[in-house]
Amino acid sequence: MSVLVITEQRDGSWHRMSFEALAAGQEAARALACPLVAAVVGSGVESLAAELATKDVSEVAIIDHPALADYTADGFTEGLRQAVDRIEPTLVLFPHTYQVRDLAPKLAASLGKPFVSDTVGLRFDVGKPVFVRQLFQGKLHADVAAEGAPPHFASVQSGTYRGDTVAEGGSPAAIRRLAVEIDPATIRTQSEAPYQEAKDAVDLGSAEIIVSVGRGIQAPDNISLAAGLAKALGGELAASRPICDNGWLPLDRQIGSSGQTVTPNIYLALGISGAIQHVVGMKGSKTIVAVNKDEGAPIFEIADYGIVADLFDIVPALLKALEAEG
Amino acid sequence: MKIFVCVKQVMARDSMLRLERGARWVRDDGLTYEMNEPDSFALEEALRLREKHGGEVVAVTAGPARSASTIREALAKGADRGIHIEDDRYAEADTHATAKALAGAIGREPHDLILTGLQSDDAGFGQTGVVLAELLGLPHATIIMEIDASGGRLRCKRELEAGWFQTVEMSPPALLTIQSGINRVRYATLMGIKRARRKPLKRYSPEQLGIDVAPQQSIARLYQPEQSKQTQFLKGSSKEVADQLLSKLRFEARVL
Repeated sequence: MSVLVITEQRDGSWHRMSFEALAAGQEAARALACPLVAAVVGSGVESLAAELATKDVSEVAIIDHPALADYTADGFTEGLRQAVDRIEPTLVLFPHTYQVRDLAPKLAASLGKPFVSDTVGLRFDVGKPVFVRQLFQGKLHADVAAEGAPPHFASVQSGTYRGDTVAEGGSPAAIRRLAVEIDPATIRTQSEAPYQEAKDAVDLGSAEIIVSVGRGIQAPDNISLAAGLAKALGGELAASRPICDNGWLPLDRQIGSSGQTVTPNIYLALGISGAIQHVVGMKGSKTIVAVNKDEGAPIFEIADYGIVADLFDIVPALLKALEAEG
Repeated sequence: MKIFVCVKQVMARDSMLRLERGARWVRDDGLTYEMNEPDSFALEEALRLREKHGGEVVAVTAGPARSASTIREALAKGADRGIHIEDDRYAEADTHATAKALAGAIGREPHDLILTGLQSDDAGFGQTGVVLAELLGLPHATIIMEIDASGGRLRCKRELEAGWFQTVEMSPPALLTIQSGINRVRYATLMGIKRARRKPLKRYSPEQLGIDVAPQQSIARLYQPEQSKQTQFLKGSSKEVADQLLSKLRFEARVL
């Protein structure tokens, strides 16, 4: 019995959420009183494995094969399936990255096992893991149990654990190389190198004040109201995904897992419900103000100041108050 | 090209949710339902691919009887026919049970391309498409922002994190999960709604497909999330609230 954490890297650089998953793994291994195995997947990943071995883990597994140099769902599923067969973990944890969303459901299904995706908490009831998930766009939380015999698979949402809380080890952990066999002919997709689309100069990361709009803004013509408030406060205008999907604001003003991650002094969320995909991009903000008509909106869980009201009443009042001050 | 698009019926976005007794799901009395928004982008993409390359679009759902209205909506928007795997238990089913139902129905017919939304707005597993691909033995790619289906190959723009993208290619048959915002979805026309009534809608029970509805993951308890912060709620008239907020940002939080 062990806990297995599958870390993520690209071209020799860590995905930062790898260490959040590792922190979750350390807690799980302590709770279950079992060894913790941290795995690194790729080709030529020895130095990353050596870094993992300095952490408080029982063992580091290298899952190394030329066919794993770049991510493919088929190649990674095959490599990890063989690794899981050999390590025989009771619990397999992933960071909830886009790659994991592509990979883990397939891996778990290929073994006939459940994958509890996007967990925001992990507890142990008499040695059995209880996963906390958000449902209904974050309005409710659920304790979820995985059925059937282990291994059970789960991914850990960004920010659930802190990567900087990963415990260091005493002496370096053993590094084991798991030889896996992958026939490149079984990989049915061909991926090209990742690219970034030309960005214009909007760097929301350095803004001290951000006024951000969500579905509550209702129509593209209303964006100017929020833009006016951003200007009056000396801040930048941003938005949640649906606003950019609708083309009401360009994609480079989007905050969240598929957009930018920001930590301004003031984040003023106007008509944003607070779905997790948005929250991961802004919850590190120093002061969060939420204006929403729905008092049950999950954005209020993380807000310092909450205003349950129509933004079309509050924004003009704020503008007037700022104007009166000159 | 024969395209299957999987759609789910979910509670309307602004629904007031009340826990049912036992707190394992929400009460369904008084709720209104609609097509899962991410699936509407998948449907639109399927219709556009058919308009470009010809073929057929089949809308598929696994859900209770009420889900038929979501299939009708897909037919009204332009899908050629519908398949409904009907059972009350699909209202609360997990990925595994839902994907098995979809695979059972789609697997009986030839298929070139299967599209799903990225995730559902209710349970939000975000994995039904990938599991469906695995059950059908198909290659897949997720979070797709563009599909080029010319030349007998599927060339797709896949979204990665933080503004990065990647091109992924594969040969059909394949499954793609569609990122919301890939297109502008059309509305059903009156003519479309009229025509939809005459379009074929095939119903299966899980028994007819020879599948079980047992979940692999179950909800032990649903509850209101705990506050992670001590939120101060500001009350009063709009003017009072605005004045309070500015004052608090300046003198309490000291961030303005």
